[in-house]
Amino acid sequence: MGFFDDKQDWLREVFAQYPDTPQGRRAALMPMLRRVQQDEGWISPERQEEIASILGTTATEVAGVMSFYSYYQALPTGRYHIQVCATLSCAIGGADELWDELVQELGILRGEVTPDGLFSIQKVECLGSCHTAPVVQINDEPYVECVTKARLHALLQGLREGKRLEEIVLPGKAGHVVHNRGEEVGA
Amino acid sequence: MSSGPITSGKDPRFERTLYRYVGQPGCWTLDFYLAHGGYQAIRKAIQQGQDWVIEEVKKSGLRGRGGAGFPTGLKWSFMPKNTGKQHYIVCNADESEPGSFKDRYLMEDDPHQLIEGMMIAGVAIQASKGYIYIRGEYRRAYDRLVAAIREAYAQGYLGQNVMGTGFSFDLYVHRGAGAYICGEETALMNSLEGLRANPRMKPPFPAQAGLWGMPTTINNVESLCSVVHIVERGADWFASMGTEKSKGHKLFQVSGPFKRPGVYELPLGTTFRELLFDWAGGPTEPIQAIIPGGSSCPPLPWTEEILDTPMDYEAISAKGSLLGTGGVIGIPASMSMVDAMWNVTRFYGHESCGKCTPCREGVSGWMVSLFEKIGTGQGQKGDVELLEDMLDQIEGRSFCALADAACWPVRGSLKHFRQQFVDLVENGKPVERAGSRWG
Repeated sequence: MGFFDDKQDWLREVFAQYPDTPQGRRAALMPMLRRVQQDEGWISPERQEEIASILGTTATEVAGVMSFYSYYQALPTGRYHIQVCATLSCAIGGADELWDELVQELGILRGEVTPDGLFSIQKVECLGSCHTAPVVQINDEPYVECVTKARLHALLQGLREGKRLEEIVLPGKAGHVVHNRGEEVGA
Repeated sequence: MSSGPITSGKDPRFERTLYRYVGQPGCWTLDFYLAHGGYQAIRKAIQQGQDWVIEEVKKSGLRGRGGAGFPTGLKWSFMPKNTGKQHYIVCNADESEPGSFKDRYLMEDDPHQLIEGMMIAGVAIQASKGYIYIRGEYRRAYDRLVAAIREAYAQGYLGQNVMGTGFSFDLYVHRGAGAYICGEETALMNSLEGLRANPRMKPPFPAQAGLWGMPTTINNVESLCSVVHIVERGADWFASMGTEKSKGHKLFQVSGPFKRPGVYELPLGTTFRELLFDWAGGPTEPIQAIIPGGSSCPPLPWTEEILDTPMDYEAISAKGSLLGTGGVIGIPASMSMVDAMWNVTRFYGHESCGKCTPCREGVSGWMVSLFEKIGTGQGQKGDVELLEDMLDQIEGRSFCALADAACWPVRGSLKHFRQQFVDLVENGKPVERAGSRWG
């Protein structure tokens, strides 16, 4: 069974956002890639084929677009794909040390998944939360900000216990929603 | 203080507008927006008409807040009229310049302000359809925008014949997926069309042939939100803030080791000192340089002279840098400038789209390799000159501005901090990474 077979209503909604022309339909490519990525954790060659046939293009075209962006994964990821911002402000705030801690703690590198299937990791470029550095994003969820060592370990622990991201209590002054001003964080 | 233009956030005449509701409970809902006078500016814009809106925005002196600073009203006036074609207004919400995070809270906490701004732009350029291209990682902002658009449709603020005015406007949100180049307007259009986000040849400019070949204008989130207040309060109100050629207010962002990093809405012409000390609380450790407007802007040394420089397009440019997005990054004295530039170069190398040779080979290949060589202590005499030679070969020779953006910070660092590069190269030492701030 195809991934989109039971998602025809969703597809119709997506197509309705763009012009009703072949070029217009093509614009649905990114939303479709994202949907597969969200639901399956990666976009397999079979899914790329399926998207191509729905949009009337080739799997090579789909792969070409896919490989352009950081979010779409060509290899399977863990249930929690941890993306660590590595750009300047986060680097100043300790993103490299955070990354090393993750590698140590989980025993994996980019492209690998922990044996329990829970975690995979990726360094990404600027996430646009420079004032709450260092910043981490799990899957497609809102950011985890001001990720100190204690907060990182609480985060991993909570995820291992199967808690939803927003249920995990993070130590420190800030909760999950960190303000537009870092003062409340004390980071 | 009480006469003359407003150039300080401490001037009693200055009031926050763009961010006035950010952080308040429920501020992203339609009810909240309506209760605070929302959707009045669009009524005025529809009544006064297209030409009035363009003139008013021109008169206000608003310049694009995405980084390039191109006058918004002038950009709108480039759009052809009565073509019979579908015109598009596209909001650039890709916000991918490192150091920038102002648009995020505009969308998270005041999405209706942006929707209203897009509708006003729609009036100005005869666009009945708009797209917000939002960077894929901004999940909360996306959720809030989609919810706001749904509310606006349900209550007649979007769709056919909005508020009974005869004006129709449809608005959609398109999510990116992690690519810096999508902030370049023609690359953004390709991305929206489901293609690889390579920039397009200009001309034709988007106003002639943009999204799906139709007349299109692309504006930044902050620019569009500013327009709401310009229409509501008039061009003279906006122009009463700022300096001679840099009018209005702007969202400045502070990151790095400061007491209160974050977003601060201030008049243009406010000094770095006021932003970094009075608002951001001052540094928490010695700073050696600031990047004034996002990572592509040349770093400036942490001196009294720079701190007293007003933040406007002209004054910062006179000091050899750029206002950019207004994202100020403080680089601590304990971090080697070579290390900082290594990071920034790696960023641009990763984000190069690969379309043109100077950027693909020059930035992603040569510059990144040389920084790895110097940064890991394998530098040799002549490497600093080699780096300069690379900058000469790349800058101004690439297809779009990304390669320039990669060169400017390195050139600025070589101008002010050359000795740090020379020391590393001559001693063959790797960059030091002492004193982690992480714990």
